[in-house]
Amino acid sequence: MTVASSSPPSRLPLSGAEAVAPMKKVKARAQGDGALAAVFIAPAMLGFLVFLLWPTLRGIWLSFTRYNLLTPAEFVGLDNYVRMVNDPIFWDSLWVTVEYVVLNIGVQTVAALAIAVLLQRLTQSSLLRGIVLTPYLMSNVVAGLVWLWMLDTQLGIGNEIISGLGADRIPFLADETWAIPTIALINVWRHVGYTALLLFAGLQAIPNDMYEAARVDGASEWRMFWRITMPLLRPVLAVVLIMTVIGSFQVFDTVAVTTAGGPANATNVLQYYIYGSAFGRFQFGYASAMSVALLVVLSAITVLQYRLTRAGQSDLG
Amino acid sequence: MAAVTATNTGIRPERRRFSFGRAAAWTGMVLIVLITMLPFYWILRTALSTNAGLGADPTNPLPVDLTTSGFERALGLQSAEEAVAQGGAGGGLDFWRYLLNSVGVSTVITACQIFFSAMAAYAFARLRWRGRDKVFALFLAGLMVPTIFTLLPNFVLIKELQLVDTLLGIALPTMFMTPFAVFFLRQFFMNIPREVEEAALLDGAGKIKIFFRVVLPMASTPIITLSVLTYITSWNDYFWPLMVSYSDSSRVLTVALAVFRAQTPATGVDWSGLMAATLIAALPMLVLFACFARRIVSSIGFTGIK
Repeated sequence: MTVASSSPPSRLPLSGAEAVAPMKKVKARAQGDGALAAVFIAPAMLGFLVFLLWPTLRGIWLSFTRYNLLTPAEFVGLDNYVRMVNDPIFWDSLWVTVEYVVLNIGVQTVAALAIAVLLQRLTQSSLLRGIVLTPYLMSNVVAGLVWLWMLDTQLGIGNEIISGLGADRIPFLADETWAIPTIALINVWRHVGYTALLLFAGLQAIPNDMYEAARVDGASEWRMFWRITMPLLRPVLAVVLIMTVIGSFQVFDTVAVTTAGGPANATNVLQYYIYGSAFGRFQFGYASAMSVALLVVLSAITVLQYRLTRAGQSDLG
Repeated sequence: MAAVTATNTGIRPERRRFSFGRAAAWTGMVLIVLITMLPFYWILRTALSTNAGLGADPTNPLPVDLTTSGFERALGLQSAEEAVAQGGAGGGLDFWRYLLNSVGVSTVITACQIFFSAMAAYAFARLRWRGRDKVFALFLAGLMVPTIFTLLPNFVLIKELQLVDTLLGIALPTMFMTPFAVFFLRQFFMNIPREVEEAALLDGAGKIKIFFRVVLPMASTPIITLSVLTYITSWNDYFWPLMVSYSDSSRVLTVALAVFRAQTPATGVDWSGLMAATLIAALPMLVLFACFARRIVSSIGFTGIK
């Protein structure tokens, strides 16, 4: 208010001398935003405290209790963790999850890198980038169902082609050995475009002069890839890799709609086992303990991410 | 000098590199596009076929016995007997209703989350108050907690609030903020030149007015991009609504699709109906993406990660 009354001609361009005084007042007035800030921050703060911080603490607390939703949680110390360590199904599902992550991330990273380099070296078309990203906009459920149909043993187009070529039909999602690789590849289909665009953004930061200079020297595309692209992309690649690994560990949707953990627990990934323990057997305490275990694994990967990011930054110079 | 090299290498090597390697690279690109797009065509082709036709002629690249019966089944327009005769489960799923539920939940989440996050982001970026940096650091720490970890305890909370099986129960946890949205918007607000705001202050505008009249309009591009991405994310969410929703009243499309799939009739999966339902769930996102593709595609980078 003082500002408004002391400088009525403020719409006119102020000369330097005139401008100094009101500016100081603006700064002085700005000190007291406390009340306004409280109002602005209130809804987000509510959401943060109630639906993020509180559930995080409560999730950890529940892991030390026996809780079935109906009776109050009962503190049982480390019982859930002891049980977890001795639960062969837990170790089995952790192993299945790791197997999934390795396949999923391995194939996806190589494919995404190939797509990103093709996009960078062949064309800058944003239409192509849009096409590549399209599967990412579908839900995991949609992706899972489409591929469930296309890979159906009896009628799926995939198996029709396979049997047309004279080979035996493959029960992709109904066979213990095929199920995890198949789910891993379905999720590659959905996520590879997004990963490719992240890497593409990283590639854009590499100065084009480098490629021009290498070409003048007669370097092949293959050689340029290994000598220019890979070393300079390494830090970005490290971040993307860790980020996608964390996402990959949380696989649930695709399993739920395609195999429901089967056949014979072959696709019983950790998150699916946690869900079953909580909502199938109402062991919320035990489910929480396994969630904490997953959280620890993911946190370890996050720490690794920071190490790699820092190493990467110095690498870029 | 730079211009000369640019024209030299910009045109000539393109021709020189019209080689086997380049042809192979383009072939690879075409193959990638085919693998990417083929499933979308196959959804459409299957949805427009009859189940009998799909069994009789599984490799036909065109719809077999062109029909809209799959869509009628998915939208609950067929009687149970008729649906069963066509190879459906006759379970009476009504995808119109789920479509409306999905639209409702995604709209409320997006509108509230972006607005509240923008308010918080403004407070972090431009207002002066004690403890600001500490509170912001706390919000940032929230980025470290994988959403999946909060789902179980949040379900317990929603149950205590007696909001299980309601649309509000589905929307509530992400309605107020996500650390990412706050972080993302704060970055943009910090880049708005202070002079613009100071000019408005000199004009006698209050901070609230500046937020609505200056900051929000100036950040409209990132806000729209973030809104589209948030809408798509909440539309596609499956795990959380699966926990909270039990009946038609709060069932969203992703959950309904899984229910449709689980209702497999004895005669085999109703692929035609399932793919029709899948298309109903996917189409709105395809249209939304078509409208904002350029913006979304160029927003993916390391400032707008996630």
